Amino acid sequence: MEKPDKGLAPVLALRGVSKTFGAVRALHDVSLDLRPGEIHALAGENGAGKSTLIKTLAGVHHPDEGKILLSGEPVVFHGPADARDAGIAVIYQEPTLFPDLSIAENIFMGRQPRRSARRIDRRAVHRATADLMSRLGVALDPRRPARGLSIADQQIVEIAKALSFDARVLIMDEPTAALTGSETARLFSVVRTLRAEGAAVLFISHRLEEIFGLCSHVTTLRDGRHVASEPLDGLTEDDLVRRMVGRDLDDLYPKSEAEPGPTVLSVSRLTREGVFRDVSFEVRRGEIVALAGLVGAGRSEVAQAVFGVDRADAGEVKVDGRVLTAGSPTAAMDAGLALVPEDRRLRGLVMEMSIERNIGLTGLRDVRRRGLVSRALEHARAADWAVKLQLKYSRLADPVSVLSGGNQQKVVLAKWLATDPAVLIVDEPTRGIDVGTKAEVHRLLSSLAADGLAVLMVSSDLPEVLRMADRILVMHEGRLTAEIPRERATEETVMAAATGRAPDTDRTERTAAKEPTP
Amino acid sequence: MTTMTTLTRYLRWDTAVGILLIAVFLAGTGTTEGFANTDNLSAALGDVSEIALIALPMTLLVVAGQVDLSVASMLGLSSALAGSLWQAGFAFELIVPVCLLAGAVGGLLNGWLVTRVGLPSLAVTIGTLTLYRGLASVILGDEAVADFPETYAKYAAYTETMPGTFVPYPVALFAVLAVGTAIALHCTGFGRSLFAIGAQEDAAWFAGIRVKRLKLVLFVVSGLVASFAGIIYTLRYGSARADNGLGLELVVIASVLLGGVDFDGGKGTLGGAVAGVLLIGLLTNLLTLNDISNEIQVIVTGLLLVASVLTPRIIAVVSERRHRRTAAEESVPVSAAP
Repeated sequence: MEKPDKGLAPVLALRGVSKTFGAVRALHDVSLDLRPGEIHALAGENGAGKSTLIKTLAGVHHPDEGKILLSGEPVVFHGPADARDAGIAVIYQEPTLFPDLSIAENIFMGRQPRRSARRIDRRAVHRATADLMSRLGVALDPRRPARGLSIADQQIVEIAKALSFDARVLIMDEPTAALTGSETARLFSVVRTLRAEGAAVLFISHRLEEIFGLCSHVTTLRDGRHVASEPLDGLTEDDLVRRMVGRDLDDLYPKSEAEPGPTVLSVSRLTREGVFRDVSFEVRRGEIVALAGLVGAGRSEVAQAVFGVDRADAGEVKVDGRVLTAGSPTAAMDAGLALVPEDRRLRGLVMEMSIERNIGLTGLRDVRRRGLVSRALEHARAADWAVKLQLKYSRLADPVSVLSGGNQQKVVLAKWLATDPAVLIVDEPTRGIDVGTKAEVHRLLSSLAADGLAVLMVSSDLPEVLRMADRILVMHEGRLTAEIPRERATEETVMAAATGRAPDTDRTERTAAKEPTP
Repeated sequence: MTTMTTLTRYLRWDTAVGILLIAVFLAGTGTTEGFANTDNLSAALGDVSEIALIALPMTLLVVAGQVDLSVASMLGLSSALAGSLWQAGFAFELIVPVCLLAGAVGGLLNGWLVTRVGLPSLAVTIGTLTLYRGLASVILGDEAVADFPETYAKYAAYTETMPGTFVPYPVALFAVLAVGTAIALHCTGFGRSLFAIGAQEDAAWFAGIRVKRLKLVLFVVSGLVASFAGIIYTLRYGSARADNGLGLELVVIASVLLGGVDFDGGKGTLGGAVAGVLLIGLLTNLLTLNDISNEIQVIVTGLLLVASVLTPRIIAVVSERRHRRTAAEESVPVSAAP
């Protein structure tokens, strides 16, 4: 079993926990120790059993076998209320607050301090909330309504609520998935404050750098099995990925060297007032060009203007030398452009439509027979791409909403690759999908580029940008600030350009890179 | 699991409306004298011909997540226009295209306000509902114009039927258009696009579907069909009035929703909508034959509509409960273990 750690006794522990749902074994003999003053990471691909483990700790699921120990004593949680009373709080990715109530009212919902005659003591509620906020080191007005708070602020409110319950264990389920860089930094400082106060934290994230930056220990799950529980000191990212997927990190970014062909996409002086200005670049066949930068720098907006779903105010887009009609995705598609948008649930897919119809949506003119949509052709088109992309599904007539995030992303890719594009624009192609599928997406992009496809990749994932791109365009506050060839791309050069530092060197980088293509 | 429930839910609802239709027909045949004869059935069908015609583009609109409340006012405007032109001595052959043009322009205005200005169709067409009815009153006041040419009027009346059948001409036209609309909605890329727009407009736009253009086309067609229905209405009653078809838009929408088309867009079948129209037509006819007052008829239609909106929800809730109970039963030995 576990090596007995020299630290404090665990406040919450799992011992040999198993859980099956029907024929699916979600957890198999998993053990976990959460100690006070320790931030513990839970790593694993989607479907590895992380959610089941969290729900077991939160009292939603009962383990089939094994025990939950609270301060060394076995306990049985009959529901989430039991777990909460035991001092266990779960912060979900997207908190659910009452939008019309104030922050303070949300925190003390149903247990407000009272004055005489059962009146709510508003002043005491606000004072208590302000105390919680100052403990967390966050400036949020207790009187502010929850409506309009950012997801990051909503999470802070949830954490404050957990503190008000005197939670000793805080479980954070992918809290950073929807946060910007600075919001994540603030969340981390809050979590470190809690650690200093002696709370045990279980932290779940797909981002390895967050795990390494914040946590001291990690427990890895794979296919519901407990792979390892160990300190992160002395562990490398490769080690962790190998434990999660049983593969090496190089497999994660399989970029083959490509010989760039002729220019196929050329964007000149594209401008959208207040969003981005004077953006010019070219993408050649066989090339993967990354569009990097901070969130809000205008990268997705450029991608959308190129594809025509947003209208640009000035500038033009040429595909194979021909100018595209502005503001027309249909014209862009006809010219051979394809855009895999960032928000696949809202824009990439019609969630309640079937897999085959979603894939068919980009080819309504191709799946026709005598003017009518042929279900056979539509099915064949979808089946073809489902096989090529190794889509995991039970029936193509199932709605895409039943698929996992990674498989949904494959459907979006399939629907666009089926149009046989010359230029593929992918916006955050691997956000929120598990490491295994991420590697598959990278392999796919790499082999498509090798076959002569031009790829423009918007990404906030720096390792992905550095390892996948032949050339990196960096945006800062709506302008293209640097163009960095693969050889000179490092975390430092990209981040410097993305944050607008050292503009002189960036400009030289750019002109230097421009020279070979007059 | 969700597929199955959604699928069976709508299969069931479409079929249920069809079965209800047959049941109402059989019940009528058994209980009511003078129901199951060709004269009466011609009358019953003829009475819903305008509703049925307008229901076709309305189904497309609702599937695409839109609604057009101005259709009955457009019917009235078309009627008033026809009346005033006829009074002024214009040839009927000229009046018809003018009315249709007015319908297309009215539809274009609706579509323009929805797609270019970006207003919700419900708000836009509540406005044009009042506007078009107001224009109708301005054109004809509270006059009634009659004596339309018998050559055309006889085709609108249900006394004249298709040779050898009991089907009135407008209903025959409806049948042909219904088949065409069904094919367009269920078997073409156009129809697929409408479902995508209704289910998730952003995703449709990002897939290269010309969302605005399609919506504009739908509103124009809706206005066109409504103005044509206005001509039929005028000829059938032999009277052009500004208040013709007052409140008819609600019956049309009720029929479409009764047929299982989801008001939120993205779901529904044209067959269901047609069954909804026929059901309301037969029911109204049956109640009239049994001397049931108009007020009660309105109540029955209203109840039917509430039931149609409520039943699929109830089925969904029940099947979810059942699902949850089976899940809970599976986990019973689990909680007994420790």
